[in-house]
Amino acid sequence: MTAPTTDRTADGADRRGEPILSVRGLEKHFPIKGGGLIKRTVGAVRAVDGVDLDLYPGEVLGLVGESGCGKSTTGRAILNLQPATAGSVVFQGREIVGLGRKEMRPLRRDIQLVFQDPYASLNPRLPVFDIVAEPLIIHGLTKDEKELRSRVRELVETVGLNPEHTNRYPAEFSGGQRQRIGIARALALQPKVLVLDEPVSALDVSIQAGVINLLEDLKDQLGLSYLFIAHDLSVVRHISDRVAVMYLGRIIEIAEQEELFTRPAHPYTQALLSAIPLPDPRRERARQRIIISGDVPSPANPPSGCRFRTRCQKFANVLSDGERELCMTVDPKLETRGTGHLNACHYAEATSVL
Amino acid sequence: MSTLGTSGTGASASGATAVGASSTGTLSQAGSRTTSLGGFDANAPLLQVSDLNVHFPTEDGAVHAVRGVDYTLRSGEVLGIVGESGSGKSVTSLAVMGLLPGSARVTGSVRYRGQELLGQSDRSMSRVRGKGVSMIFQDPMTSLDPVYRVGYQIEETLRIHDKSLSSKAAQARAVELLELVGIPNAGERVRSYPHEFSGGMRQRVVIAIAMANQPEVIIADEPTTALDVTVQAQILEVLQTALQETGAAMVLITHDLGVVAGFADRVLVMYAGRPVEVGSVEDIYYEPRMPYTLGLLGSLPRLDSSTKERLTPILGAPPSLLNMPPGCPFAPRCPLHIAACDEAEPPLLQVGAGHQAACIRTAEVAKAHGHAADVFSVTGADADLIGVGQVADLTTTEESRETGAPGTPPGDQTEPGAGGTTGRTGSVVSPEPRPTNGDRA
Ligand SMILES: Nc1ncnc2c1ncn2[C@@H]1O[C@H](COP(=O)(O)OP(=O)(O)OP(=O)(O)O)[C@@H](O)[C@H]1O
Ligand SMILES: Nc1ncnc2c1ncn2[C@@H]1O[C@H](COP(=O)(O)OP(=O)(O)OP(=O)(O)O)[C@@H](O)[C@H]1O
Ligand code: SF4
Ligand code: SF4
Ligand SMILES: [Mg+2]
Ligand SMILES: [Mg+2]
Repeated sequence: MTAPTTDRTADGADRRGEPILSVRGLEKHFPIKGGGLIKRTVGAVRAVDGVDLDLYPGEVLGLVGESGCGKSTTGRAILNLQPATAGSVVFQGREIVGLGRKEMRPLRRDIQLVFQDPYASLNPRLPVFDIVAEPLIIHGLTKDEKELRSRVRELVETVGLNPEHTNRYPAEFSGGQRQRIGIARALALQPKVLVLDEPVSALDVSIQAGVINLLEDLKDQLGLSYLFIAHDLSVVRHISDRVAVMYLGRIIEIAEQEELFTRPAHPYTQALLSAIPLPDPRRERARQRIIISGDVPSPANPPSGCRFRTRCQKFANVLSDGERELCMTVDPKLETRGTGHLNACHYAEATSVL
Repeated sequence: MSTLGTSGTGASASGATAVGASSTGTLSQAGSRTTSLGGFDANAPLLQVSDLNVHFPTEDGAVHAVRGVDYTLRSGEVLGIVGESGSGKSVTSLAVMGLLPGSARVTGSVRYRGQELLGQSDRSMSRVRGKGVSMIFQDPMTSLDPVYRVGYQIEETLRIHDKSLSSKAAQARAVELLELVGIPNAGERVRSYPHEFSGGMRQRVVIAIAMANQPEVIIADEPTTALDVTVQAQILEVLQTALQETGAAMVLITHDLGVVAGFADRVLVMYAGRPVEVGSVEDIYYEPRMPYTLGLLGSLPRLDSSTKERLTPILGAPPSLLNMPPGCPFAPRCPLHIAACDEAEPPLLQVGAGHQAACIRTAEVAKAHGHAADVFSVTGADADLIGVGQVADLTTTEESRETGAPGTPPGDQTEPGAGGTTGRTGSVVSPEPRPTNGDRA
């Protein structure tokens, strides 16, 4: 394998051939300005701090983690909506870090972003037809009005909306329907990759289910690949082929969906899975819960060594002083460590917690 | 956010909403408190809500937000209230607490230990609340005053209900309470201000205040919704501690069916301002009788299952509470709908011991034994946009909508539509916005 920093065969991804999107050492730091008249930079929020990812054609890669761990920033840096501080993003064989807006434009057709908030991401003053047609017009993709109409109709039908209603405004639609409009718009340019940033988090579960089903169907019908960002691990398990877990700007574990949920090896992944309540009273009440202490440290000042050590249950309760030394001084790299998949814990041990 | 739970109409006025029975100065069981109201039968429900209705006048007419809620809460039990956004969970609880804005028209009955709470004056209401009902909101800052140290806020709560408490005793108790809710170095942290705490820590302080006066009932409205899941697990543990320490009964409002599964004894499912199913937690999860409950469970992806069974969405959206058509309010979305469903709104019918459902076809629902795919289509989509007609709650700026749209070449650094970063302060955990279904505007 050619992957520069990690052993990609380890998570079983080799059979998919070349990745369509390949991210290496991605960093996005936001400067913190000091007070006073001359705003000097006094530090940096290390929102994304060395992320490696590969997305293969036709797959759904889930990206999960708690609030502020850097999921959205990763998505935006991949799309070059916010320039990366460092690292490389290769999309269809082409490096996109450092490209300007003009150079990005042809690439934008192939990689699109779908936002969390269906209320905020649609222009309220445009009828649905114009919202969906806009990217087609901007990119000059239809030769005449007739083709534009039929293409918009097709897109609207694809996402399960009634094409008779495209003269209505976003406000006249429910949350789930608005999210469908956003998806129709993202599909207008026939992209190959969708970066979906919390696409169903704002929706009630009964509505969310329909949008998840739609995304699954579209992926199969149109041969799309998704980077699916979410904090809801149940949704992510349902839709993803592989899952990457983020903590404080880093991927700390990545594996096939089944492997990650049944044999998590990193103490953070274990705690995260264990913390999620199951909608099943008997199973939920029979569970042993790992409760980790404290809150996520500030990404401006991550702990030395392993970033999770301030909350790690293994560090606190299991390891000897000698073993802890390693956690405090050496930043664990993403390696397999005999667990069968990539993880960033010196003492990784695959354990079932569900 | 537009949920009442977070804006906490009226609740913030008092700084803390927990107002409880007189303090004994210790946190062990307050064994004698059941005698606080003479002649009250200890086996009778602590809290009895009957035919509660709430109307809000709006420009478009009266919004009938709560349409006949009945429930009872017995000593020591946890009643979970679940339902979609806008189904009336928060308004119901605020009505019980007497915390709705003055414009709201509230009818029906709310009895606490047999005593009617509705129609009481503000002053006597706060005295009744003082007998031991306290409330925890989703946003801890609803209950905390940013300008006072947290220790002082706890001490105030204690002193309001026990004037004889010395300031030394109050201080000691505040530290003890903070320790109980798991704040490290409580002795020092009592001197911190709320902004010096993270979201999870603030919610711990709110729980400390809520349990300070040994309430008999704690109403918690989405107490963990704004928190990360690892912090939610901590807070649920603290709530469990609070219940053990005070012996209080709890009404736990949440949209998270996992939280309810682990925490509640009984569950009440709300739809369009009314309970549509009530039962033990096992009845509701394993043998639901109302199609809506069944549909909710079927639309949940499961963390503990790798079989990629297709989810069963519920088509359409809840009805507008402005003009409810006659008949079953779930009818437009119900796969079991028949003509008879449109004749009258089904009342809660007994379907088993302690189990009621508001549906005329519960026998059909029973056959699914909780397996939603037997009743709901797995291929449905919202192909029909008619019947939406909701007023949007558009909270963002024009610019964010413009630049936030995918496909629009964005300005170099800006991309506000993606949310997530605006308004984040320090380590405070910011909630995911959960917009409602629009008819609250
Ligand atoms: N423009 C910015 N300026 C400064 N800090 C930022 C900026 N954007 C993001 N951050 C910070 O970077 C970190 C990562 O934010 P990000 O939005 O990527 O997290 P996230 O994982 O998407 O969280 P959530 O689940 O809440 O959406 C946070 O600490 C955030 O406060
Ligand atoms: N002050 C008000 N004026 C008008 N309508 C209101 C007011 N407060 C609430 N409503 C309406 O009452 C209905 C019930 O709202 P409520 O906040 O109880 O819902 P909820 O079940 O708590 O939802 P969520 O899960 O979003 O918190 C909504 O349709 C809302 O729009
Ligand atoms: S490296 Fe050490 S501190 Fe980090 S997760 Fe592993 S055991 Fe915990
Ligand atoms: S009464 Fe009819 S429409 Fe209403 S839930 Fe039952 S079957 Fe469905
Ligand atoms: Mg985000
Ligand atoms: Mg609410």
